[in-house]
Amino acid sequence: MAKTKMPFTTLDTGPHFYPMLGVLAAVAAVGLGSALYMEHHGHVVTGMSNQVVWGLPHVFAIFLIVAASGALNVASIGSVFGKAPYKPLAPLSGLTAVALLAGGLMVLVLDLGRPDRLVVAMTHFNFSSIFAWNVILYNGFFAIVGVYLWTMLDRRMNGHSGKVGLAAFLWRLILTTGTGSIFGFLVARETYHSAVMAPLFIAMSLSFGKAVFLLVVVGLYRMEDREVGDAMVKRLAKLQALFVAATFYLVVVQHLTNLYTARGGEVEHFFLGSGGVYTLLFWGGQILVGTVLPLILLLHPGFNTTRSNVLLAAALVIVGGLAQVYVIVIGGQAFPLSLFPGMQVTSDAFDGTVGAYDPSLPELLLGLGGAAVALLIITVASAAFRFLPASLADAEVDKHHAEANA
Amino acid sequence: MTDVLSNPTRRSLLAGIGALTLAPGIVLMAPQPADAAATSGKRWGLLIDTTKCDAGCNACVQACGAEHGWSDPTHGRPDQAPKWVRKVDVKDPASGKTASLPVMCQHCAKPPCVDVCPTGASFKRADGIVLVDRHICIGCRYCMMACPFKARSFVHEDIANQRPGTPRGNGTVEACNLCVTRVDAGKLPVCVDACAGAGKGAILFGDLNDPNSAIAKRVREVAPARLRADLRLDTGVHYQGL
Amino acid sequence: MAGVRTFVLAALALVLSALGVVDGAMAEGTAKWPGQCVADSATMRRNHFEMLLHQRDDTMHRGERPSDRSLGACLDCHAVKGADGHAVTAADSRHFCRTCHDSAAVRIDCFSCHNSAPGASK
Repeated sequence: MAKTKMPFTTLDTGPHFYPMLGVLAAVAAVGLGSALYMEHHGHVVTGMSNQVVWGLPHVFAIFLIVAASGALNVASIGSVFGKAPYKPLAPLSGLTAVALLAGGLMVLVLDLGRPDRLVVAMTHFNFSSIFAWNVILYNGFFAIVGVYLWTMLDRRMNGHSGKVGLAAFLWRLILTTGTGSIFGFLVARETYHSAVMAPLFIAMSLSFGKAVFLLVVVGLYRMEDREVGDAMVKRLAKLQALFVAATFYLVVVQHLTNLYTARGGEVEHFFLGSGGVYTLLFWGGQILVGTVLPLILLLHPGFNTTRSNVLLAAALVIVGGLAQVYVIVIGGQAFPLSLFPGMQVTSDAFDGTVGAYDPSLPELLLGLGGAAVALLIITVASAAFRFLPASLADAEVDKHHAEANA
Repeated sequence: MTDVLSNPTRRSLLAGIGALTLAPGIVLMAPQPADAAATSGKRWGLLIDTTKCDAGCNACVQACGAEHGWSDPTHGRPDQAPKWVRKVDVKDPASGKTASLPVMCQHCAKPPCVDVCPTGASFKRADGIVLVDRHICIGCRYCMMACPFKARSFVHEDIANQRPGTPRGNGTVEACNLCVTRVDAGKLPVCVDACAGAGKGAILFGDLNDPNSAIAKRVREVAPARLRADLRLDTGVHYQGL
Repeated sequence: MAGVRTFVLAALALVLSALGVVDGAMAEGTAKWPGQCVADSATMRRNHFEMLLHQRDDTMHRGERPSDRSLGACLDCHAVKGADGHAVTAADSRHFCRTCHDSAAVRIDCFSCHNSAPGASK
């Protein structure tokens, strides 16, 4: 049975294109300027300290890197699991993944104390460090997804896209496991040391990546008034709900495990009750905005038939996701290290006290700059190369689906 | 806390330790030739007698800061200021017992900071001293996340007037280096000298691998505790009286 | 690439000897420690960075501190005196390292951490 191939096109540089590019470029430029300011003066101008060493740039970077790995999911479902309706979106999924990773890594590298020593980081590897492994995994991700995109965009290579897609799928699972393990392997901190970190990050990647991808697809198509059919949106929405629920499950397991123990009570009391901004972000941001509201919007028959509700749910997942990463990264550092379990400790170096952290403007601008760079890459690449399926209208999607299954 | 100098038994013990040091800065250890490599035959460590340490004294902290320059005024907030060693006051809420002790890099035999450093800048020298090679430190601060003792500091701004033997700069991570330049020259870490100079003599330095060294003998005698012993890091710093 | 480098080095040598700055500093050093130059000028110009990198690893990781190979010894020998009779730091363009590095436009990373005045480094 001959398969009709979905035609791919480039993004038209219509009336919305250049203004959008301008806005993104401006935000990216401001972000780079902030990085220069912080590098020139040193981290003294940020809210970071010797107690909270990773701040808002790391929150953005980790969110973008985690979302990057999950954004590849649609391509994986198409290539690896053979679900035909998703195949047209696979190239765009690969592009989004690479773009988000680039934006996230840019923020991470620019927040280093010595970003001029990036070459050192690329040439000196301590292989017992999960961080060093992550450097290799991130670079490998660019390479593998690059080859994957090649197999999808170059007709002669289409036959290989299944195998390369599988390699990309496995690589990204290892990569996200590595990202979660950056925290999970830290025996020093009871807020981090847990085997649940790696699977939690995988679930988060699926959820955040799907949300970002949904908004990217709808955004790009809206930019030039092309149609995205309800069928495609419905599929993506269903997956989104599944991933939000999976993340929530792992969060519940993590907290229940801690609550069950006597010594875990202090940490849980901090996050769930007495942690001030962290408690607010946990319940208000992560749970309410990031989990409960999206699930209602995506699953309740009274809400999930309207497309704008689905898009709202995706946006809420992103907001809730940022809150979740903030609680993990910064809340996890703010909780005092316990050198003397069970004792009351004071010192002239903030032992026994909750670490104070007030995000500064340069940090926020750098983080936003990274997101802007990611979106910039997606926009420019879509205009230069044929990443976009000509149409995602219901008729087109279903026609190809029907023929592929025949 | 008993006044150490008025207690005759303690005074003679103190004099005994003093004999090993002769005078602050001058030591009975046979100095190595300056260009000899550090060997794994030695393992440098500290034994801190917290019963001699009192909450009002921070001579070790001040001496360390002056020697290495990290206590120079900075433009940042107090929580951004570097701190290679700090005095910690501990109280057991159940019994009311208190203790005061200096906490610095514990120079673990299995340092988490060395495991996690992506470039290998955080490393353990053959003789057990854990150091940051600030030539290849990229300032990622992952070692600071990994240290259970909060021993490391990040330099948040440009530094001037670095002291002899202690180069330090913006954007890199630093911590107690057991006064490695002095130790290599056959001298003692300044905290040891300062504590002796303050009349407390609570800090003992020496080769833990040498069964005849004063520190090894004392460790066998008093079986001191170590911080976060549950983590099995085999720290080089021992605390007596905890 | 090698041709360009040789040209640059040759041009530098010409410029520097014309300026007489380097010769002045070296005259003092050779007076203090006669016959103890690490190597001849040409070798030093071409290889000093590799020597520094190699020695810093030996010192840092292996604890080897030969007194004639420390950064302090380099700064002692190559000290340039300012108007007040004290050695200038790297903030001053007359500092020995800067006389070459400024014109070669190669950033010196050492003095972000190391004190650039003699007697202050080990």
